[in-house]
Formats: sequence, structure tokens, C-alpha cells
Amino acid sequence: MKTLATAQRILTQLRHDRRTVALMVLMPTFLLVLLRFVFNSEPMFSRAAPALLGIFPFTIMFIVTSITTLRERQTTTLERLMTMPIARLDLLLGYAIAFGLVAILQVVVAASVSWLWLGLEIKGGLGLLTLIAVLDALLGMAMGLFASAFARTEFQAVQFMPAFVMPQVLLCGLFVPRDQMATVLNWISDVLPLSYAVDALTHVTRSSDVDGTLLRNLFIVLACAVVALVLGAVTLRRKTP
Amino acid sequence: MSNFAILVDGLRVVRGGNEVVRGLTFSVPPGFVTGLIGPSGCGKTTLLRSIVGVQIIAAGSVSVTGSVGYSTQNPAVYADLTVRENLRYFAAVLEAPSSDVDRVLSDVDLVPQGDQLVGSLSGGQLARASLAVALLGSPQVLVLDEPTVELDPVLRRDLWQMFHSLAEEGRTVLVSSHVMDEAARCDRLLFMREGLLLADDTPAALRARTGSDDLEQAFLRLAVA
Ligand SMILES: Nc1ncnc2c1ncn2[C@@H]1O[C@H](COP(=O)(O)OP(=O)(O)OP(=O)(O)O)[C@@H](O)[C@H]1O
Ligand SMILES: [Mg+2]
Repeated sequence: MKTLATAQRILTQLRHDRRTVALMVLMPTFLLVLLRFVFNSEPMFSRAAPALLGIFPFTIMFIVTSITTLRERQTTTLERLMTMPIARLDLLLGYAIAFGLVAILQVVVAASVSWLWLGLEIKGGLGLLTLIAVLDALLGMAMGLFASAFARTEFQAVQFMPAFVMPQVLLCGLFVPRDQMATVLNWISDVLPLSYAVDALTHVTRSSDVDGTLLRNLFIVLACAVVALVLGAVTLRRKTP
Repeated sequence: MSNFAILVDGLRVVRGGNEVVRGLTFSVPPGFVTGLIGPSGCGKTTLLRSIVGVQIIAAGSVSVTGSVGYSTQNPAVYADLTVRENLRYFAAVLEAPSSDVDRVLSDVDLVPQGDQLVGSLSGGQLARASLAVALLGSPQVLVLDEPTVELDPVLRRDLWQMFHSLAEEGRTVLVSSHVMDEAARCDRLLFMREGLLLADDTPAALRARTGSDDLEQAFLRLAVA
């Protein structure tokens, strides 16, 4: 109940901020369209697009969540909530549901446009692709929540984006396939969760098989999201200094 | 029924390396308006945060009998929601009846602004919107951190009347202020200075004890004593 009330509260906040919603939903699509015409080649676009369908929701959810939670900490609404009978899990799941819904919208629009207009093949189906990208968005959300605990100002929170997100983007296999990287970089990319999301997305565009590797990759992304969410919960303290 | 609403025993709080609450022991009786009065920076907010359980404390204990409504010094409401939407959310969290939303709106005299975005309220309206949240669910104990700053005299009088009628219903109201002229409106006073209590008594007793008609004078005499 309180989880749903929280989700509804966040969605209402978003409804009052149409510009943010429009940016969140349409920006990934716009960037994909831009990329398609920059490459000016369907095969090149098809190679890069799956990774980007994961990276955009991941990044956007990271930023939106870290700023939203930081704001909640700063305006003392969090302090007030902590005096009320609400579990931290209610708050976290409320965030997850609200931002998860936005992520679904974001991914469905971006993937549909890529598929119907930009020539991206999705052999595994739009549904599976959306599922993976939404898991990925939840991962970004959970990491943003965790990162916000270390930011004192919104400036710092925005700076965490390059710190937490960019290394994962560089190492996820978008620019250079992961197995062609220097050994050390390959190891690092092996422990970064975005790599597994991108592998899964790439697989779903190329094949309709739901094989063990795909399931393992999905499981890893989900597990990382849960771990980040638990770490985020630890940072939402009832008592503060 | 217990004879205290709030019991603080040997409370010490360290913030930023300084001991800002330095061993407080007192109780707040139920059914009265108690004022926590002291100069800026003396530790009022820290003490109230300890009472509502969001402050990490170094030593001592705090116990509160019954449900607590807390209003922070800085307005704790969502700027990008309307007043009503804020109240509806907090009412859901408190499991308060939804009729509470309209009741508290009229208690703080914000009915005309109910559907206005909090971000567009005036300073005094914002303070009242935040106060309204503390009234949701009719808590037994109200802990209000400087609820009447920025308010005009008429509104201030109305709110103090409301605090007293809540106390008459048997509820406990603990209000902080650094403005001495609010002290006279309280049933009981806690005078605080530099993390210590100077006095815990009724206004009349404090006037008598210090031999001054004016509570500000009384505070100053206690402070130099
Ligand atoms: N987060 C913090 N970290 C370090 N020191 C703090 C922190 N918050 C408050 N302090 C210090 O603790 C002391 C007590 O602060 P507090 O906010 O309790 O005062 P106050 O009596 O409520 O003042 P005011 O009337 O101005 O609201 C002050 O000296 C303040 O500088
Ligand atoms: Mg204060």
C-alpha cells in the first residue's frame, strides 16, 4: 500500500514536470535516430543500437534517481518520512515501480522506432528486449540511489554520472568487443554489470534463442540491481548525525 | 496513563565534533503546550530531532508515549506537488483517514491554496503546509520546530489557539522558538542555552523565581546566574 502510494506520489511529481517526462521518454529515441543518420548505414547502426538501448535508460535513470533522492534528503522530506511508519523498502520499491514504468515507456518507444523505422532487427522480440532494458534501467536507478548518498550537492550528484556510468559504457563492448580488449580491461569489464546487460541485448537482437548464457546474463543484471538496491537501502538512514 | 508524554534522560548529542546537547534530563507532561525557548544555535532542533528519533545520540535515552507528528524547521513538503497531493501522500503513509486532508487544510487556513503547487506558495503558506502534515492522523504528541516564524500576527494567534485546543483534548504540544514573546503563550517552558537547560517550569513560576514581569528578563537573569 505504502509502496504504491510512494510510486503514485513520484508519478504525480513527474506529471507536474512534463518537460522532464518528455525528455526522459523521447531523448533516447532522438539520439538513436541521430545515430542512425550519422552512421548512414543500417548494418553499423544495427551493431551499435542494442548496446545503446541499454545504455540510455541506464544512464537516464541513474541521473534522475540520484538527483531525486538527493533532493529528498536535502529538503528534509526524507527526515519527515523517517519519523513515520514507513519501511525503507516501501520507499525503494515505490521508486523502483515509478521509474520502472517510465523506463518501460522509454524503452518501448526507442525500440519500436528503431525496429519500425531505423531498420533494427529484433529477432528475440520486442517484449524480451524491453524486459532486459527495464532491468538495466532498474540497475541504473539502484546505482543512482546508492551514489546519491555520497553527494552533498546536486553538482556533485551530476558529476557522479561520468564517474559511475562512463567507465561502464566504455568497457561494455560498444566501442571495442570485450574479448578484444587488453586482458586487464577485459577483467574489469567482466565485473561491471552493464557489460552483461549489453551482451543480453545484443543477443536478443540477433537470435530468438533463449539460451543459458542469456538467462545467466539476465540473472547477473538482476542480482546487481538487487545488491545496489540493498546498498542504497543501507544509505537511507533513519537516524543521521 | 503515564504522567509524561516525553521523557528525556541524560541526553547528549555530538554534531560536527561539538557536544551540542550536553546532558539533558526532563519530562514533558501530557495535555500542555510546552515551549522550548532559546537563542539560535543552542540546540533546539537537535533536541527535537532526538525526540522524534532521527538524531544519532551519544548518550542517554528518549521515550515518547503515543504517536508523534513532527514538523521540521525547514518546510518538509514536495515543491512539485500541490498542497493536497502532499497531504494525501503523507496521509497514506500514516494510514490516516482521507478526510484528514480537508481537516488539516482548514486547521492551518490553507483551503484556498489546496490545489496550488507548493513551490509557488508564499513563505508563510509554505510553513503552514508543512505544519499541516504534522497534524495528519491526529497524533498524541506534536513536535513542532519553529512553526510560527514568518507568520503574521493574526495567523500566529490562530495557530496558538489551535495548539491550546489540541492540548485541551489531552494532546501534547512541544513547540520550539527563538522568539521570546512566544514564551508567554505557553503553559510550560523549557529554557535552553548552549546545549543545557536553564529552566523547566511554568511562565508564572519563572517570573516569580526571577522577580521579573518579563520572560525575556527572566531568561537573561537565569542565563547570567
Ligand atoms: N549537521 C550538523 N553538523 C555539525 N554541526 C551541526 C549540524 N547541525 C547543527 N549543528 C550545530 O549544532 C548546534 C545546534 O544546532 P541546532 O540546529 O540544534 O540549533 P537551534 O537551537 O535549532 O538553532 P536555530 O534557532 O537557529 O534553529 C549549532 O551550533 C549548529 O551549528
Ligand atoms: Mg533550529
